[in-house]
Amino acid sequence: MFFLRNSWLIPAIPGACFFLVLFFGKKMPGKGADIGIAGVLISFLLAVATAVKWISMSTPRHAVERHVTWFKMGGIDVHAGTHIDGLAVMMLFIVTLISLMVHVYSLGYMHGDRRFTYFYAALALFTASMLMLVVAPNTLQLLVGWELVGVCSFMLIGHWWEEEINSAAAIKAFITTRTGDVGLMLGIITLFFAAGRNFDIAHLNRLALTGGISHHLLLVSGLLLLLGVVGKSAQFPLHVWLPDAMAGPTPVSALIHAATMVVAGVYLVARVYGVFFAGFSIGPHAGGINWVAAIGGITVLIGAALAFVQDDVKRVLAYSTISQLGYMVMALGVGAWTAGVFHLFTHAFFKALLFLGSGSLIHAVHSNNMSDMGGLRKRMPTTFWTFIVGSLALAGIFPLAGFWSKDEILLGAQRGGYPAFFWVGLVGAFMTAAYMTRACYLVFWGEYRGEGHPHEAPATMAWPLRILAVGSIAAGWLSAFGFHGFPSWVSFEVEGVTREVVHEFAFSVPYAAASLAVAFIGIGVAAGYYFRDLGPHGLTRRSSAARAGYHFLEEKYFLDRLYINGIIRSIQYPVARAAYWINQNVIDGVVNGAGFVSRMAAGFVYNIVDQKIVDGVVNGAGFTAEESGGILRYIQTGRVQQYAAVLFGAAALFALILVLTTA
Amino acid sequence: MLGFPVLTALIVLPAIGAALVVAIPRTRPEIVKVVALAVSVAVLVLACYGLYEFATGTAGFQFVSRHVWIKQWGISWHLGIDGISLFLVVLTALLFPFALAGSDAHHDVKAYTAWMLVLEAGCLGVFLALDLFLFFVFWEIVLVPMYFLIGGWGYEGRVYAALKFFIYTMTGSALMLVGILALVFIHAGHTGHLTFDLQTLAREQSFSGSTARWLFAAFAVSFAIKVPIFPLHTWLPDAHTEAPTAGSVILAGVLLKLGTYGFLRFGLYLFPKVSHDLAPLLLTLGVVGIIYGAIVAAVQRDLKRLIAYSSVAHLGFIILGTFALTTQGVQGGIIQMVNHGLSTGALFLLVGMIYERRHTREIADLGGLQKVAPVFAGVFMLVMLSSVGLPGLNGFVGEFLVLIGTFISRRWWAVVAATGVILAAVYLLWAYQRVFHGVPEGENLKFPELRWREGAVLAPVLALIVFLGVYPKPVLDRMEPSVRTLVERVDRQAGTHQPSVAQGGHR
Repeated sequence: MFFLRNSWLIPAIPGACFFLVLFFGKKMPGKGADIGIAGVLISFLLAVATAVKWISMSTPRHAVERHVTWFKMGGIDVHAGTHIDGLAVMMLFIVTLISLMVHVYSLGYMHGDRRFTYFYAALALFTASMLMLVVAPNTLQLLVGWELVGVCSFMLIGHWWEEEINSAAAIKAFITTRTGDVGLMLGIITLFFAAGRNFDIAHLNRLALTGGISHHLLLVSGLLLLLGVVGKSAQFPLHVWLPDAMAGPTPVSALIHAATMVVAGVYLVARVYGVFFAGFSIGPHAGGINWVAAIGGITVLIGAALAFVQDDVKRVLAYSTISQLGYMVMALGVGAWTAGVFHLFTHAFFKALLFLGSGSLIHAVHSNNMSDMGGLRKRMPTTFWTFIVGSLALAGIFPLAGFWSKDEILLGAQRGGYPAFFWVGLVGAFMTAAYMTRACYLVFWGEYRGEGHPHEAPATMAWPLRILAVGSIAAGWLSAFGFHGFPSWVSFEVEGVTREVVHEFAFSVPYAAASLAVAFIGIGVAAGYYFRDLGPHGLTRRSSAARAGYHFLEEKYFLDRLYINGIIRSIQYPVARAAYWINQNVIDGVVNGAGFVSRMAAGFVYNIVDQKIVDGVVNGAGFTAEESGGILRYIQTGRVQQYAAVLFGAAALFALILVLTTA
Repeated sequence: MLGFPVLTALIVLPAIGAALVVAIPRTRPEIVKVVALAVSVAVLVLACYGLYEFATGTAGFQFVSRHVWIKQWGISWHLGIDGISLFLVVLTALLFPFALAGSDAHHDVKAYTAWMLVLEAGCLGVFLALDLFLFFVFWEIVLVPMYFLIGGWGYEGRVYAALKFFIYTMTGSALMLVGILALVFIHAGHTGHLTFDLQTLAREQSFSGSTARWLFAAFAVSFAIKVPIFPLHTWLPDAHTEAPTAGSVILAGVLLKLGTYGFLRFGLYLFPKVSHDLAPLLLTLGVVGIIYGAIVAAVQRDLKRLIAYSSVAHLGFIILGTFALTTQGVQGGIIQMVNHGLSTGALFLLVGMIYERRHTREIADLGGLQKVAPVFAGVFMLVMLSSVGLPGLNGFVGEFLVLIGTFISRRWWAVVAATGVILAAVYLLWAYQRVFHGVPEGENLKFPELRWREGAVLAPVLALIVFLGVYPKPVLDRMEPSVRTLVERVDRQAGTHQPSVAQGGHR
């Protein structure tokens, strides 16, 4: 039990590393990287031990919770602590693993960077924040971790803030996700009152699933939380920040996309699933559609479509992440809780692998653009085969990781009463396979189009790739070939709720075959188009409809333009300017006008009021003012005294009238 | 408690300090600084002693000190401290040495320092006074040194700003004087004895509903100007921008709190029913302030003016919490007063340092400062994030409590106010980006890094920003009994009660 009860150490160690690196990093032989790596390594080992303990617990497993009083509020104790169950254990494992890989990889990738130490400090804080979110027993602690993750991503996306584009991307990420956070915050507050003034997540789930909270209230708070998820997990229509976030160093992208930041949204849905489940009436015979599934489904398709028109290899991956996050949200929306969470798990491996692989490419050719790559298959063999493994896993090819989790999602959608989303998932699978084929072709085949002589990555970068490649192959086997490890370890169970919320569907060969076939067709079509030069090349030149469609994709559905020109600019310029104009001319105008009038009146009264009163005031003030030399000037003009005298005179008169009339 | 009159000493000490400073020859400014710092630190120590001795879990006034002053008018030197004023007193005692050590007067150090110490005595007096006459005297005392500090040591537009500040607050004071006198005389008419004692007046409420409304209005306008509440805020940006750095720090950190404190101590306490009836109006103005302040802040070109407008937004949150009339809301409001004092005070000090180094506050003239002064940028970032309300830092605790407290009683106001959270991030991050990111050019290349002395001044405030964000329990525990008593009083008088837990579940 030691590891389960003391899992607070897992976020605490990187948290401490943040301060250590920040204050002492520069003096260390490894410039802070040594502290960071050691810290995350310890956290990872603790996470592994925790996982082993959790798995070896006798069933039924019960969540282990520990907490202390954080503060009291209106008679309610608000706690901070750890809530360890299967979901938390899985997240602890995956976050620390990916973070460790990224830490090691950055040794090579960030070598000689202008802010190397600062980078490692931020990485440590990023990891700590995410881990704190993961173990949160209540929504408030979750919110704290959530926002800290946001700030760290701001710091890391804008790591090279000398260039305006990076700093703008960082701000865009922060503000876009924060827009969603307003919903999250209000959702948390709504649930707090709905649950009888309680932030506790287990309590919330229990109440939601046993009818302790009205359906209407659950729907409202579910929608509010969903807004937070849409912002954080880059779901349509707030996904726009994620591709821009590619401005950050590539290891950061890997961390953001695989284990921290964007999966926080998915994690939130999985964590307070009771609220979503009951609020959105998820479950069989629920009419085949709901908000969660719809947003996820749309995101699957729009993300995948955009991945086709990117030249920047990291942007291809970014849109692919958007699309894959869509799968996870969709899975949770159709009631396939385990499938969604499992996809989060497997996706972490191959997405981290692909990002680190793309980092290796960028490191070699000094460009993000695939038009500067090509033919790298021979020159960078390790990067090549690991990247291919990652791509195949992403495309869902048997028996790699993505195949198993994606298959579970499709199965869950179909059997769970959401056939439409089965088809969305299938189309998505086709598109995923196709755009990854395109990317691999452009990067590894053909002639090298860039400058210089690209060479293989150093060992610190290559080893994380190898390790993650193994994970990308094998991670899916935790729930494959009739082995039910993952579903039994990580399951959605709420104490006190006996009815079955999440139903598991047995592996179905026909569905698996269908999705595999679709993936192969995707690869085949793209391979035919690129490798064999088949199909309608130059369509965008010949057909105006195709050109318009391409432009529509290139412009990212004009969403960025809508937000920037339609919303931000309108507030930034007309609205804010108008408000300021009113402030200066209307509100202040009244004040200045009143000042003018009272100055006139004061001058008039001054000649009537016995000057000795004023003189007395002047003398009194003069005593203290003597010390302040230059100030005396203002005093002697007598203006202030005039105001004071007039106002007090008026006040006294007014007081007299008031007393006489009311007494 | 001990026999030592802590509260009286808190007020008298800075006053003695001011007298001492006046007595030091003009030619020895260095002694002036030492004396002033020693005195203000002594006040801080005394305030911390009060904090230490303060009995947690007690709602009433503590360390009460009461002496008859003018017997026939019923005026007495009556001081006391409770959970509401405790942290404001500590904040005041902290910010004065902070402001004195953090910035220097560019001329006539002696007069400047004397005014600062008088100001400190006045501010502490306002927070401690339990006699309406005494309160008014301190309220007016505060006005004078601030006027001279802005007018004498400010920037280009200081005369206009100082005058505007003076007229605005004087108008409010005049109305408040009317209110106080009317209140006292009406009370005397009913009970036959003349008294300015706050507790007595509150206990023996003797006025009709409509009279109470007028009296409340007289107080409220005065407080609203001081806070300032939209649309009475236009003196604030001018005063803030033109005031010397220490003046801005104290203005934002302490003076604005006099208004919000006044609402709690005199508005809610003396006129609970009216406060309840007029709450929607004040909540609306608070929310307007939050949104409006943020939007206007976004277009400012002057860094100091931007922070001044951010104050309008933050103070809107405090008003929101106060007039939510729930324990959480009022607690959030008070803790937000402390937070705003710390973070905005520190921001003004940092902007003052930027001005000192670059002789400009125009955002467009700055850029890339993070490159040349990374530690300075890091400190600015932390303070800015606290101002944005980032969880883990102090600003969040206050904002969240205010939102929760408002949500209980007035849901839609809370929803609108929550959007202010995004806007705060927008204008502050934009400003940060323009000032600190990018490649430095020209003068900005020579921007000096944070000095040790500056760091030492800022360190306690930074530590508090983190501490209050991570562990606000000690503060909340100490203020809760007093706040609950106040809110219960309002509920009782207004004939309402806080929505119960059960109701929350089925709305």
